[in-house]
Amino acid sequence: MLAMNYRGPRRVRVDHKPYPEILHPNDAIVRVTRSCICGSDLHLYHGMVPDTRVGTTFGHEFIGIVEETGPSVQRLKKGDHVIVPFNIACGTCAFCKQGLYGNCHESNPEATAVGGIFGYSHTAGGYDGGQAEYVRVPYADVGPTVIPPEMDPDDAVLLTDVVPTGYQAAEMAGIKTGDTVVIFGAGPIGIMAARCAWLFGAARVIVIDHVEYRLEFARHYGPCEAYNFRSLEDPVLFLKRETGWLGADVCIDAVGADAAGSALHTLTGKKLLLQAGSAIALHWAINSVKKGGIVSVVGVYGPTGNLVPIGNVVNKGITIRANQASVKRLLPRLIKHVQDGYINPKALITHRLPLEEVADAYHIFSSKLDNCIKTVLIPPSAKI
Amino acid sequence: MENNTSQNYAHIKGWGVDADPENEPTYPMKHYTGDDHRRLDWERPPQQPQHVEILHSNERPSVSAVFGTPLPPKGLSGAIRRVAYKYSESRFAHWIPLLVADRINVVEGVLDDIRRGHVPNLFVEQGGKAAWKHNRKTMVSRMLIGAVLAAGIVAALSLKRSRRSV
Repeated sequence: MLAMNYRGPRRVRVDHKPYPEILHPNDAIVRVTRSCICGSDLHLYHGMVPDTRVGTTFGHEFIGIVEETGPSVQRLKKGDHVIVPFNIACGTCAFCKQGLYGNCHESNPEATAVGGIFGYSHTAGGYDGGQAEYVRVPYADVGPTVIPPEMDPDDAVLLTDVVPTGYQAAEMAGIKTGDTVVIFGAGPIGIMAARCAWLFGAARVIVIDHVEYRLEFARHYGPCEAYNFRSLEDPVLFLKRETGWLGADVCIDAVGADAAGSALHTLTGKKLLLQAGSAIALHWAINSVKKGGIVSVVGVYGPTGNLVPIGNVVNKGITIRANQASVKRLLPRLIKHVQDGYINPKALITHRLPLEEVADAYHIFSSKLDNCIKTVLIPPSAKI
Repeated sequence: MENNTSQNYAHIKGWGVDADPENEPTYPMKHYTGDDHRRLDWERPPQQPQHVEILHSNERPSVSAVFGTPLPPKGLSGAIRRVAYKYSESRFAHWIPLLVADRINVVEGVLDDIRRGHVPNLFVEQGGKAAWKHNRKTMVSRMLIGAVLAAGIVAALSLKRSRRSV
């Protein structure tokens, strides 16, 4: 089968790989029909995530058709078209039982701080991902959800990560009616968080980024205010002025380790890897939120440490909430939101490329070329 | 205030639909069950048979019930990874060697390609086609800078040689 193959930082290609096997009684083999490149795939692509082995197939955002099931699988059958959550969850450990499906303890031997994630290095379990024709999907009775018949596959594939992560960013932010919400990052997650902030009753939504075409997209999609931090002398000062000098009620970091905006963070976090990526977006979030405010973090960082003003967190009495999205928990509600027309996921998709052009797709997305917001890869065996 | 606010945003479809946490099935994030106080006491899923070497964090007693099997550790990078996994996730001694192993693994990957008769096409693997189509100016400038630097190094080396021979 064809699969994306990581060869080193900024080097990927498509190769023939062996068809995946059932390795556990509750496994399924899924034929991929759509697969996306996620902003967090870029952390892998840029070589920032430890234990990313050459030969890995990335891809944690995918949907597909069940081809084969293990002997204990009861909820899925051959031919089901399923949304596969990006996180692998057993459904029985203490954390899954509490709805923390993004923190499963039975899916990742290599690290305890993160659950298993498809195609996200050996630090996240060493699974091959969905940028391929076929994928092994563990715990098939737990995560995969059958796509409602009337749902567009392009909407469904964004329910694997982008929509739940954007939604959970707003949910964790504890937005109250009338709140001013500031979102750092106008990538797909930030744009989705802006959209979802309204669902929780925000009165004002502001997005900060430096990529002009993405800010323009956010203005229309949110809809929201959107500002380019390169045109602001100091984004924190700007936000203080904009919020009656107290700061925003809520700030969301939807950027993570690849943030631009600080030479110091770029050098120490992205070039020298002395910290777990650039944390300037989190820095700004902490300093822009009001006293007693909430900072919600869905941006992905590496596992070591980052330079952030933790003293200000204490002095301002800030609550920080963060997590990988609990996709399974959120899916029923988010499927309904899509069906009700509250969220239009597929509008984020700007590029559809065949899997065979995966190297170009990564380059376009990574370098933000051709006004790219979201790229979908379609394997030759997709047939829909 | 709330009524006025909701009227102000009536043009945004779905505004406020999840505003009441008590009516919100996905709130709060964690449904307290107390199960985590029982520690590793849950009924574990059946164990995936282990046929390849799987390194596991020393912050857990054994491998998880399922795991990925592609790419077990091998070669020099694998040896470094085995050492790294002796340290907890809290230690730089765990993460820094893993990053070093990743870089060594890139070289191993190139050698492996060549051994199998495949010369990596860096232009294609780095998305050169897309860069040529969408970012030609930057690509050409980088190529020119590279060419000038390479020419400079060659010139400096040949000057050094010619001085030695004199």
